[in-house]
Amino acid sequence: MHRKLTQYWAAFCSVLLLAFWLPVAAAQTSGLTIDVELDADSDQYPLSIQPFTAENGGLSSPITPTVKSDLTVSGAFRFVDASTAKAVATGSVESLSGGQYRVRFALKDQSQRMLTSGEFVIRPQQSRDTAHTIADMIYRALTGFPGIFNSKIAYVRRAGREYLLQIADVDGGRPQTLLRSREPIISPAWSPDGKKLAYVSFETEKPVVWVQDLSTGQRRMLANFKGSNSAPAWSPDGSQLAVTLTTSGNSQIYLLPANGGSPKRITSSQAIDTEPTWSPDGNSIIFVSDRTGGPQIYRVSAGGGNVQRLTYQGGYNVSPKVSPDGKSFTYIRREGGRFRVMLQDFTSGYARPLSESSYNERPSFAPNGQVVLYASDRGGKSVLYAATTSGGARARIGVVDGEIQDPAWGPVNQ
Amino acid sequence: MNWKTVAFACSVVLLATACKSTSGTDGQGTTGTGGSGGYGQYAPDALTNPNSPLSKRNVYFDFDSSAIRNEFRPLIQDHSNFLKAMPNRSVQIQGNTDSRGSREYNLGLGQRRAESVRQSMQLLGVNDSQMEAISFGKERPRATGNTEADHAQNRRSDLVYDGESGRQ
Repeated sequence: MHRKLTQYWAAFCSVLLLAFWLPVAAAQTSGLTIDVELDADSDQYPLSIQPFTAENGGLSSPITPTVKSDLTVSGAFRFVDASTAKAVATGSVESLSGGQYRVRFALKDQSQRMLTSGEFVIRPQQSRDTAHTIADMIYRALTGFPGIFNSKIAYVRRAGREYLLQIADVDGGRPQTLLRSREPIISPAWSPDGKKLAYVSFETEKPVVWVQDLSTGQRRMLANFKGSNSAPAWSPDGSQLAVTLTTSGNSQIYLLPANGGSPKRITSSQAIDTEPTWSPDGNSIIFVSDRTGGPQIYRVSAGGGNVQRLTYQGGYNVSPKVSPDGKSFTYIRREGGRFRVMLQDFTSGYARPLSESSYNERPSFAPNGQVVLYASDRGGKSVLYAATTSGGARARIGVVDGEIQDPAWGPVNQ
Repeated sequence: MNWKTVAFACSVVLLATACKSTSGTDGQGTTGTGGSGGYGQYAPDALTNPNSPLSKRNVYFDFDSSAIRNEFRPLIQDHSNFLKAMPNRSVQIQGNTDSRGSREYNLGLGQRRAESVRQSMQLLGVNDSQMEAISFGKERPRATGNTEADHAQNRRSDLVYDGESGRQ
């Protein structure tokens, strides 16, 4: 009881500090912590989530802290008192016979108009998934965008001399280790159906691309050609992966069937061509090439062929990812020795920053395109940030011990 | 066999060992008068003896560069000669970069540094089947600080022979 009061007191204090440029402790979930940083003039929707009655009973985890963590990551809300909120969520948990529970919630605006509501009959261990669904419903009702909280993030965690490839809920809950190694692991990449993860492991003393099935834990080498194998990227239909191979002597991009087979080369330059990523229609591959000196971002047809340059500002633009609606792409630009997350519109070519200049890497979009996840070691320790694409808010997801890097946002659970 | 024979045999062995540990500086690698079969002109510890030029395994590079500096050409020549004389030996050339920038792009830069050494060796006549160029990018830095001296330590290609452990 004392711990719960402390958590809510901390939440109220954090509300007071949110107006200023200060990171504040909000929710703590199994091993990962979430802070939120807001620009002074950012325009978050003021929301109140009242604790659900009886939610600390028999469920495996209470509902509202997870809902609040999820909505914090989205960057779209600030949590306030019910009297000043534009919308208030309330709910209840009722124990049923047979060990099940009924969870009810309602979201109402200031005039008591119902915005959304739900009722779920669940087993105790489904409480976290239910909380994510409630967060999705609140988010959709208030922003109009599809929810993103029944999805997972993948990342590499470094602790001591070990590397752990992990996946977790969007709020950092339920981390699971997929691979543990004393050698580096980089570039995790989700299959479009969310059932497999491709990654690069150095466990055999050279970079090799593996594909691991998440439900069985089984894995196989996808690319172990002579030289280095890296940068896996799944096609939108899941049938093939683009990878970077060095069999020609320099880093070039190839396509490989997802079940293995002969690589088909799609870039041909004397340069470093790498970091492929697909457009959502599967027709184009966006990639990095230093064929003009420094690394810039280009587009090529998935069948290979003419290459079109996309970035002209700055001498170092890397790590692109295309938005789910295919209209823009995020990437990292180096400015004055530091690295900044950028968002660029394909049609206009106009680019704007999503982060400050720091040591930022590997941005990826949430499935609804409204949030970008990336890693940063601002402050000397590598953590994850989720920044809104509209600008103004960033949630910081860290670990108490160790560092996390190389994130990738997965698809919504199917 | 009496003790005189044993003493004589021991002296011969000791003499042969003493001669073997003489290191040459003629750019042809360690040469010895002894040596058991399979190493030809090379002593069995030619790759690891600190007095042997072949124990030097690191080629360093300038910032943003994969060009071989002149000071490393003798090292590359030494290793090339060894591999040409020892067709059953193979080497992995591991490229590294300093810690700044994209992991995957740095894998490419490290690869370029490894490939640069590999190409030099191929031009000197080493068979491609005896070499593999790979990259660790910025993932296995030897120096973990942020000074220019640390970065310079990490801009490096390492030569690792078959049967050896990774870190050179």
